[in-house]
Amino acid sequence: MERIPVLRMGSLLLITIQVDMHDKLALQLQDDVTERISDWGSTGVLIDISSLEIVDSFIGRMLANIAAMSRVLGAETVVVGMQPAVAITLVELGMSLPGVRTALSVEAGMELLYGAGAGFRSESDHERSEA
Amino acid sequence: MSDPKRETLPLKSSNDVVLARQRVRQRAIELRFTLVDQTKLVTAASELARNALDHGKGGSMTVEEVANGARAGLRLTFEDQGPGIPDIELALKDGFTSGNGMGLGLGGSKRLVNEFSIESAPGKGTRVTVTRWR
Amino acid sequence: MSELAEIISRNEDQIRSEWTRDMSKSVERADLMSKTELDEQCSALLKAIVDGSRVSGVREITGAGWNAARDLLTEITASRARQGFSPSEVATFVLSLKQPLFAAIRREMSKSADKMFETLWGATELLDGLALITTESYIATREEFIARQQQELLELSTPVVKLWDGILALPIIGTLDSARTQVVMENLLQTVVSTNSKYAIIDITGVPTVDTLVAQHLLKTITAARLMGADCIISGVRPQIAQTIVHLGINLEDVITRAKLSDAFALALQRSGRTVVRIGSAGSAASGAPRALAGPLAKQED
Repeated sequence: MERIPVLRMGSLLLITIQVDMHDKLALQLQDDVTERISDWGSTGVLIDISSLEIVDSFIGRMLANIAAMSRVLGAETVVVGMQPAVAITLVELGMSLPGVRTALSVEAGMELLYGAGAGFRSESDHERSEA
Repeated sequence: MSDPKRETLPLKSSNDVVLARQRVRQRAIELRFTLVDQTKLVTAASELARNALDHGKGGSMTVEEVANGARAGLRLTFEDQGPGIPDIELALKDGFTSGNGMGLGLGGSKRLVNEFSIESAPGKGTRVTVTRWR
Repeated sequence: MSELAEIISRNEDQIRSEWTRDMSKSVERADLMSKTELDEQCSALLKAIVDGSRVSGVREITGAGWNAARDLLTEITASRARQGFSPSEVATFVLSLKQPLFAAIRREMSKSADKMFETLWGATELLDGLALITTESYIATREEFIARQQQELLELSTPVVKLWDGILALPIIGTLDSARTQVVMENLLQTVVSTNSKYAIIDITGVPTVDTLVAQHLLKTITAARLMGADCIISGVRPQIAQTIVHLGINLEDVITRAKLSDAFALALQRSGRTVVRIGSAGSAASGAPRALAGPLAKQED
């Protein structure tokens, strides 16, 4: 069965969701993430949803579940790249994704997880080091 | 003679739910809905399709174009022959939980559309009709 | 009623030339449309009328046989509206067909007064109906145009400004209604993504009143931004607004607010790890670093 790939970058797990997921795929991802954290002792999980045009209550719950389960296993989760239309719809739907930290980009997400300097150097990083 | 603007899709598997929302997306794009309106309608469709499948033991979704004067819109009807909902008012409240998961998504879906109506009774199945205007 | 269709077919050329000739006396508007174009439109409409009458009769112009005629009229109306014709001029284009058509009917049916009357009546009802279609269509086109303009105005009236790297400001002037808030919210969130800005300052100095609805809209915007990974600060909260908010029992616990835009800006700078340093302080004066010129009311730096 097709699966959403879970990539490893050191102690970070990187997941990019690019397909319109059916429920079984989402549940499979939940399982895979928890297993990988166990296998590799990961401390961070970064989920990139910048390609997702729909996040309904099921997907929202999946994200919240992944964050909760990862925390129990000692890893922090950040969801990045939520599209404006998706954010507006989630608010209307009444989902606030409790316990899920978010960031605007993969870079910002990594900074959130591992502190400044974790991502690639950008304009603002350069500026900060001169202050 | 069948109306070419009206189509019915089955909701018998979780893949059908994906197909259903993709079809709604296409129809909304054809009617030139804004991106946010598209997203709201497709998300509502996803919630209601999943309900029909999980709680209603499978059913169908009908999509049709509607018009109100110069305004164009899409009407979606979700039907199932499942156990029905005993207390509709309660089900529409946010956070109502039945079975696994965080709720039937009914209250939330209602907020994503312009018109919402629901008919359901124990043993009689459920029909939810929603409309979103452009 | 297919007699009408046959009468038109048999006399088409004569009807059309009389029609266009009559029009030149009243509504030709040679400045707006060429003779060839006019001829084309007339032929097309006559053909559509013939087809419609043959397929669906002349009583009901809502039938499928009249689809082509209706579409054609809508098209003609739209293009004439764009060219600058008035609604009456467009309707008269259709109505001026009556004279040549009636003349043809009289020629063909002069033997029977009853039949002639019936055919004339059917024809006049038909052309009136078609003329009304052009009027409805004209109005619809106008309304669509106005709606588009309103939309553009909405988008222009609330620009999103970049204050600094990663810090946006959205100064709102005027009342916030449901439609406007939607546009404002979408615009802001879109800009947050495109500029990768973690902080958005929503300044409401220019908003006269904040009621529960407006507050709800603002809260939704803030929640959506947070879901995306950005933080909002509300600034420009005037004393009266602060009182209203408390009176209405609006819960702003999770919302960061500041009285002035400058305070909000300072907070955003601080949160993003930046600070503003005055150049030309005591130490650097000795090293020859540039000093800003002091204004007349400037205090002496130590």
